[in-house]
Amino acid sequence: MSTGTTKGDKRLEAAEDAGQYLTFQLGREEYAVDILRVQEIKGWERATRIPHAPDYVLGVINLRGAIVPIIELRKRFALESTDFGPTTVVIVVKVTSPHGERTVGMVVDAVCEVYNVAHADVKAPPEVGSSVDTAFVKGLATVENKMLILLDVDRLINASILDGIGAVAA
Amino acid sequence: MSLDLEMEEIHKIFFEESFEGLDVMESSLLNLDVNADRETIATIFRAAHSIKGGAATFGFMEVSNFTHGVETLLDEMRNGTRPVTPEAIQLLLQSVDGLREMVKAVQAKQAIDAKRIALLADEIAQLLARHPGQLAEAATAAVVVAAAPGPVSSASGPADAAPEFLAGGPGWVIEFQPHRDMLKTNNEPLRMFAELERLGALRSTAIVAEVPSLGSLQPDACYLRWRLELAGAVERHAIEEVFDWVDANSTISYQLFGGGVADAVAAGVPPGAEPAADSELAPLAVIAAVADTPLVAAPVAASVAAAPAHKGAVDAGSIRVSTTKVDHLINLVGELVITQSMLSRFADGCSPDELEKLREGLTQLTRNTRELQESVMQIRMLPISFAFNRFPRLVHDLSRKLGKKVELKLSGEGTELDKTVLEKIADPLVHLVRNALDHGLETPEVRLAASKPETGTIELAAFHEGGNIIIEVKDDGGGLNRSKILQRARERGLVAADAELSDEQIHHLIFAAGFSTADMVSDVSGRGVGMDVVRRNIQDLGGVVQISSVEGRGSTIRIRLPLTLAILDGQLVRVGADTYVISLVAIVETIQAQKDRLNAVPGGAELFRLRDEYIPVVRLYDMFGVEPDSRAVEDGLLVVVEAEGRRFGVLVDDLLAQQQVVIKTLETNYRQVTGVAGATILGDGTVALIVDVPGLVQVFNASFTGRDTLAA
Repeated sequence: MSTGTTKGDKRLEAAEDAGQYLTFQLGREEYAVDILRVQEIKGWERATRIPHAPDYVLGVINLRGAIVPIIELRKRFALESTDFGPTTVVIVVKVTSPHGERTVGMVVDAVCEVYNVAHADVKAPPEVGSSVDTAFVKGLATVENKMLILLDVDRLINASILDGIGAVAA
Repeated sequence: MSLDLEMEEIHKIFFEESFEGLDVMESSLLNLDVNADRETIATIFRAAHSIKGGAATFGFMEVSNFTHGVETLLDEMRNGTRPVTPEAIQLLLQSVDGLREMVKAVQAKQAIDAKRIALLADEIAQLLARHPGQLAEAATAAVVVAAAPGPVSSASGPADAAPEFLAGGPGWVIEFQPHRDMLKTNNEPLRMFAELERLGALRSTAIVAEVPSLGSLQPDACYLRWRLELAGAVERHAIEEVFDWVDANSTISYQLFGGGVADAVAAGVPPGAEPAADSELAPLAVIAAVADTPLVAAPVAASVAAAPAHKGAVDAGSIRVSTTKVDHLINLVGELVITQSMLSRFADGCSPDELEKLREGLTQLTRNTRELQESVMQIRMLPISFAFNRFPRLVHDLSRKLGKKVELKLSGEGTELDKTVLEKIADPLVHLVRNALDHGLETPEVRLAASKPETGTIELAAFHEGGNIIIEVKDDGGGLNRSKILQRARERGLVAADAELSDEQIHHLIFAAGFSTADMVSDVSGRGVGMDVVRRNIQDLGGVVQISSVEGRGSTIRIRLPLTLAILDGQLVRVGADTYVISLVAIVETIQAQKDRLNAVPGGAELFRLRDEYIPVVRLYDMFGVEPDSRAVEDGLLVVVEAEGRRFGVLVDDLLAQQQVVIKTLETNYRQVTGVAGATILGDGTVALIVDVPGLVQVFNASFTGRDTLAA
């Protein structure tokens, strides 16, 4: 990860990352997802558990007839788990995967704002020092003196769902 | 833009019709094997003809050019100038395959396999050259009228010989068969001939073989064909230009005679401008000929109507639905609207005594909705003949290749099942039929030696049985060799050496991956892939496969499938806080489990004594990692399920309702989960997982490392 080409790639990607972002709270940090990927935000409801699923996959819910898996981001990022409160919401995102488009819900502490992020504001993520695996981070952006972690939802979701396959084989 | 879209639509129709036509050609060609009657040949010819016409219209020249050769061959057969030989049928069948590939390639906008087509075209050309076809003669009552007022004479001489008219010089012979409706589109053949005359000396001969009797003659239909002889070194595209407006719907063949056009053009010979015929008079002559034609002699090819045996093209995008089904649906929707408005009236001011009426209305709504749902499902139903239709051809080709004599019997082709099921069952069926042919049936010599009829029988049957579809593939061949299978299974370590297996268990061994008892791997089968795929496919469809076989007498493979993939008759079961659905097809019975009947065997497995049989117990909470009410067997219920020819007891906490559930896949947004066939949404809006019984049993078996589970 420390090679020059990787850094270059990150910067190239970052240049394409301008646009509107929805931010949400997770622990003390504020994360951002491309608003075009967000389908809806809904309250938390009990999910039906799936056998052999990784612990951060809480189960599946019925979203107007569609079976949608729910991922608890705190667990996914190995943060300390807290009880779901009144601000706990599910952000339903659409991601593209090799198998087509997927709809997945992410449980977060609270939604915050929608920000416009300009090219110049986006910086490549540092190699170390974040609570999040840098593979899922597209970049960091500074908006209104706050640091936002721009998430690569495609990678995050696809890896989260594929990760479970090892558990099945076991 | 919209023009492009329209064109796409029209193309789609052409593709569908072409595939239909090809199906007709194929099945008719297979019929030719048995009896070569003229009507069948005519049917094949018409199908080829419309494909050619359509292809030319849309500019798919490769298709139309290739079909032309096929058509010529068929035409000669139709006219009786060429015998119907097995070789010709084989070649035509191959051409049908080639054409199908071509049309598919065009549809997918891919490159056509030009090499293969060229090879086929070459073979056709060779066959055509071997027996030069003669023009319609005495056989068909072709009354030929010279365009010029002259004597009515029959055409003479083979078509390949240069016509006298051309007098050895360069020239063209053009066979022009216009579409029957040509005149309706304001295309006047005489004007075209006049234009041809401008290119060179022309002699036109009208062929009136297809002119019907006066009683059934339609004045605006064109029944005539023409044979045009054009003298002079004319370039082909100049002639084609003349027919530009009609060539899409007409059959036009060009044949060049005499010195090469290039030479003639180089020599600068100007085309003769002498009009050869007084074309004004031609129609009169034709009418005279019509009157002269004997009433019975003219074979009328009813080309437009009577498309035989509409099969419909199987395409993912569209289903052909009978209008009665749709009408029923519309009626039901009407009922539903009425019921709904009735309910909304009550909703306004609802007093207690009106509550009863509301309940009534709700009941009615429920009933109508259910019927509506069933009707919608009906639309997805297609007769199984869609899958069966390919088998006559497959058996024909394969029996030839293997040197076996086979009679294929089909029954229950009208049995309907869900389109999705139909599509997925087709490949497994092909495997099974191929297996029956290759492994099941013996060679004629072996059969005779076993005092069986020389010709083997393969039966494909489909029928309904208790809300399921049963498909049987039956052969009267050698049957499964019990000892050979057992020996091979022991060699491969699939069964313990000392294990006692029932016939059913032995037969099921052939479904193991990589299992084959064939002594030699042929290109038909014997590699041991296939049967495991067959079983997997059938299980994916929620079906069950059974084998019964008597050595020396044959085998029967019985596939039980649900009517539809979208809906499942399910038993809701509860384990702790979770609700699961088990397909009723898999459930044999449900019993209260007594503790004293449970035996633990070494290796951790538990066996339950069910009457005189020991069945392994699958604890669902263990498999799915959930917390049950109780871990004691006697507190729960044992759902006895059948998978892979064996019974298993699935331990659950409680049985809930039985209901039809709509199956939804987990893979759309998540991924496949072992032991789970899908999910469904229950009445309260929550999601329940559907248990995949065969999958669950596999995981269960795998959890015990030893193969002793099979031997148990």
